[in-house]
Parts: sequence; C-alpha cells; structure tokens
Amino acid sequence: MRGWFLPMAVALGFIFLYAPIVSLVVFSFNESRLVTVWGGFSTRWYGELLRDRQILGSAWVSLQVAFWSANLAVIVGTLGAFVLTRFNRFTGRLLLTGMITAPLVMPEVITGLSLLLLFVSMELTLGWPAGRGLTTIVIAHTTFCAAFVAVIAQSRLRQMDESLEEAARDLGAGPVRVFFDITLPVITPALVAGWLLAFTLSLDDLVIASFVSGPGASTLPMVIFSKVRLGVSPDVNALATIIIGFVLIAVLIAGWLMRRALRRGFQ
Amino acid sequence: MQPAIAADTKPWRSEGAEPFISVRGATKRFGDFTAVSDVDLDIYKGELFCLLGESGCGKSTLLRMLAGFESPTQGSIRIDGEDMAQVPPDRRPTNMMFQSYALFPHMTVEKNVAYGLLREGLKKSEAFARAGEMLRMVKLEKQAKRKPDQLSGGQRQRVALARSLVKRPKLLLLDEPLGALDKKLREETQFELIKIQETLGVTFIVVTHDQDEAMTLATRIGVMKDGIIEQIGEPREIYETPNSRFVADFIGTVNLFEGKVDAAAPDMMRLTTPDLGDVMVPPQPDLTRGQQVWGAVRPERFAITRERPEGAVNAWRGHVEEMGYIGHLSQYRVRLESGMLIRASQSNRLRDEDPISWDEQVWLSLAPRAIRVLTR
Repeated sequence: MRGWFLPMAVALGFIFLYAPIVSLVVFSFNESRLVTVWGGFSTRWYGELLRDRQILGSAWVSLQVAFWSANLAVIVGTLGAFVLTRFNRFTGRLLLTGMITAPLVMPEVITGLSLLLLFVSMELTLGWPAGRGLTTIVIAHTTFCAAFVAVIAQSRLRQMDESLEEAARDLGAGPVRVFFDITLPVITPALVAGWLLAFTLSLDDLVIASFVSGPGASTLPMVIFSKVRLGVSPDVNALATIIIGFVLIAVLIAGWLMRRALRRGFQ
Repeated sequence: MQPAIAADTKPWRSEGAEPFISVRGATKRFGDFTAVSDVDLDIYKGELFCLLGESGCGKSTLLRMLAGFESPTQGSIRIDGEDMAQVPPDRRPTNMMFQSYALFPHMTVEKNVAYGLLREGLKKSEAFARAGEMLRMVKLEKQAKRKPDQLSGGQRQRVALARSLVKRPKLLLLDEPLGALDKKLREETQFELIKIQETLGVTFIVVTHDQDEAMTLATRIGVMKDGIIEQIGEPREIYETPNSRFVADFIGTVNLFEGKVDAAAPDMMRLTTPDLGDVMVPPQPDLTRGQQVWGAVRPERFAITRERPEGAVNAWRGHVEEMGYIGHLSQYRVRLESGMLIRASQSNRLRDEDPISWDEQVWLSLAPRAIRVLTR
C-alpha cells in the first residue's frame, strides 16, 4: 500500500498548492485574448505589459514602497529585538513584547483602518502627513514588516553567545561600538533574510495599502485588483508570472541565508 | 630581570603587605537567589589565584564582578587601590578569558587579537605587529589569517589567551580556561599557563571546578560553596589542614569519622568515636571536653601491615574488601571490625614486594599527627 500511497499524496498536495499558479504561468504565454482558450504560444502580453503606463507606474510605486519600508522595518525591528533580548528589566517590557508582535496576528483590515484614522487625525492636528500617498504606505508597511523582522532578529540574538559582546566590552569597546563591531556583523545574515521577507510582504500587500494610499500612489496589487474586477485580461497573467518569479527568488535567498545563519549559530 | 613572582615571595604570609585586589563584603543577589554572599578576599600582585568550587557555587559570578559584568548588590571591589564601583568593564585594568573563548566569528585570528589594541587607540600597523608577536608566543603565527571556525579546540583556546593577554592587563581573569580541552592537552597547557604568568608577571585569577588543576596551577586556592569562600590557602594548606569537612572532602580523598573530645594531656588528646574506638590525636587548645568533632585522614597516611606494628597508638584490624593496583600505588578498601570502610593507599616502593591483596586480614595504623581534627 505504501508503494503508491505516499507518492500520490505528495502529488495531490503539490497539485492542490501549485496547479493554480502553474495554469497562470502557462496562460501568460497564451496568444488568445480569451483567458480560458488556448491560442498558441506567444510572449505578446509581456510586450503589451511594457507599454502599459499604469502598470509600470504602479510597479515603480510598489518597488519604492517595498524598498523603503524594508529598510525602516529592519532598523525598527532590530532595535526592538535588541532591547527585548539584551535588557532584562525595564518598565513596560511586557507591553513592548506584546505590542511588537501584535501586527503579526492583527487582521489586516483593522491595521489598515486604524492607520487610516491615525493619519487623518494627524493631518488635522499636526498638518503632517499632508494627504495620503507614498509616505503613508511606507509608514503603514513598516509597522507590520517590523514585527516580522523583530521575530527573526530576536531568535538570532537569543542564539548568539552573549559572551562575544562581553568580550568586546572587556577589550575596551563601549556599548555602541560593541553593537556595531560585534552584534551587527554576527546577526547580519538574519537581518538580510528579514529585509527580503519585509520586501516581499510589502510588495504583496493589498489590504493595508488600499486603506492608507491616496491619489496617484496606487501600488501594483491595487492596480491588478481593480483591473481584475473589470475582467481578467491576459497581461495581468504575464505580470503575475513576473511577480511570482521575483518572490520565488527572494524567498529562496532568504531561506538560504536563514539556514546558513542557524548553522553558524550552532557551531 | 624577571619580576619577583608571588609564588616565591608569598606576600600573603607577611603582615601588612598591600593587596593588589581587595574585595570587601561583596554580595550578589539575583532576585531571591544569593549567588555570592559577603565575600572578603585579598589577592596580591603576581599571584595565580584559583577559585575552586562546584558549578553554581558563585565562583563565576565573583569573577564577573571583578571584570565588571555584574555589579555587587553590596560591598566593594578595589583593584590596584582604585574603587571599581563606577568603572564599566571597558575601562577596567582587567581582561578576561571566557569559558566559551568568545572569539569573534567574523574576524580573523589576527584581528581578534588586535581588536583590544585598536580600541585602545593604537595605530593599525602597531596593533597588528603586537598581535603578531603575541601569536608567536602562543605558536599560532601560521594561523593568523584564519577564521576561528577553521581552528581546533586547542588552537582556539590559545587565541583566546593571546587576545586576553595582548593588552598587558594588570589582572587576567580566566573562566574555566582549560575546560574544553582533553586531558593531555590540558596538562601541557597548565604548565604553559604558569610559564606565561611567570614571564609576564600578570596577576591571574582562575575559576575552575577541577581540583587537580587548582592544585597544579595555584599559588593560593579559595574553595567556594554556596556563595561563601570556605577556606583560602596555599594548595598544601588546603590539602593538609582543611578547616571543614566540606573542604577536606572536596579536595582529594578523605576518611571522615565522628567523635567527642574525651581527655586532653599536654602532648596528646583522646577522642572517643563510635567507629574507631579511642583515637589519639595531637592536642588542640581551643577544644573543650565533650565537644563534638570530626577526624579527617587522607588515604596515604595509613600504614597497612599484616602484623600489628609495634608501638602503634592508633591501630585497627580489618580485612581487605577491594584492592586496585595503579602502578605507582595501590588503593585499598578495608572493612574494619566496627563495620567502617576505610580508604587507604600505599605507594609501591619495592619491585619484588609480596603485595597485600584481597581478603587478607590486615592492620591499619595511624600516627596521631596524621589526623586533622575538624569542628565543622
């Protein structure tokens, strides 16, 4: 029984997970304008995509947002993780522990809505941010990406032999110097993995971005979503294929870096 | 000229000698747990002092307080006359060699060693020249460009030692420095350490749980238990005149028996004991009649003979239950008529001796001076 059961279970599992994606990739090379009818192989929709100003513009917005929010998330997340792993007692530690990981479990709709309310009331009272757009999306994405970075950085910092930092102190380096000379280089692989994860998460996000974006700052997922509502067009398939390629590469690099960091940690 | 080393001058023996490190009433609590409790300790320049104790006895915490990684809950620590309370670890005249070696994994061996010098503000060329010198001393100049994970355990240990010595600290703290090495390498390194300590004249404080290591290395040993230093003394003092049953039992092998002071003459004192009958011991002025005491005897102090030795004051009959031939000595477990089991050993001085073996009836005898009388 084992002879056929196991391979079949694996095959079914893979089909369940990846059949939609594979069909999407296949149909992105479809000549026909009708999404459900195969009209021969062609890269026509990829060419069409390159001429679509709206899609190219939103892709550029998405990349900018992802780049900046990944950078900010790495900074905020690392600082949070460092405080939580290296300072055992301070007022509000428990609160911070909870709050830093809250965005992981918070429904996106609520995160998006609460950020929108915050930005609106900030604009009314402080005058900043003036209107919603790139800045507000970056801030919003930083908040939830920072949570993911903090989790990754925390686990690496916990594994790290704390006597490394003590040894550097002992050899005459001040606390700030120790952080940049020792702690940061040792946890860098984990931070790169965190950055890549934050980048892909930001690139993927539709819900939060829809809440906090403004005119002229539509991200790629927002544009795709609005296009699809008017009917699936083949150039969206082509676009999705490209995105899948990007995400796949980023996830593979992140996974490889994380595994290497873990191996180093155990040595 | 070689600096005068503490092992020869023994400054702790002379009154009024100025200690290099003085710890007064140092206490460290972690919540409800007291790791170090009211410790007083004087250590002199050029000493190789061993803090000896089982894990969790507070020896590492005491070391970390000296390095500045823990601040005492109470009490003071002075190094070279300066109070250390407000001095962070990076400003202390101490360096530490960590149990895990704590080599920076992303730096080469050479950079690891030079790191402390660069933080001191030394020029790059000079720092690396001195690091190279240090690596030559520990015979690792060929591995200078390697990363720590490309080294063997013994090599890593030497890098850690070089890194902690390169700044020429006044005080070097070593936390279980030889813990991760195998037995042969460990013995070699022990003598290496003593040699380095004597040539550089640095004061060493070594934390260890290994009593042989402490006995070999130390000018003096502090035996710790439950956050308290039970006894401080030269290795010989600790072994021959322990001040408590704990110390006697912790260092080496010992036979302990319980008794009461029965009678005292100017040159002799008699104890009555449930296990050994009347035992003659040297007189001790501070004991009173009827006081509860314990006798401690090292295995090698017993004489094992087939006949009762003539004129022996303390002698007991027993039979050999177990015997182990080690080569240079033989170890015996002898069951006395009272049922007490005595551990005795005898050095094998003659080659063609007819050795005492299993199941033989023997006499164990003991000179009064071989017994150490303890009150706690």
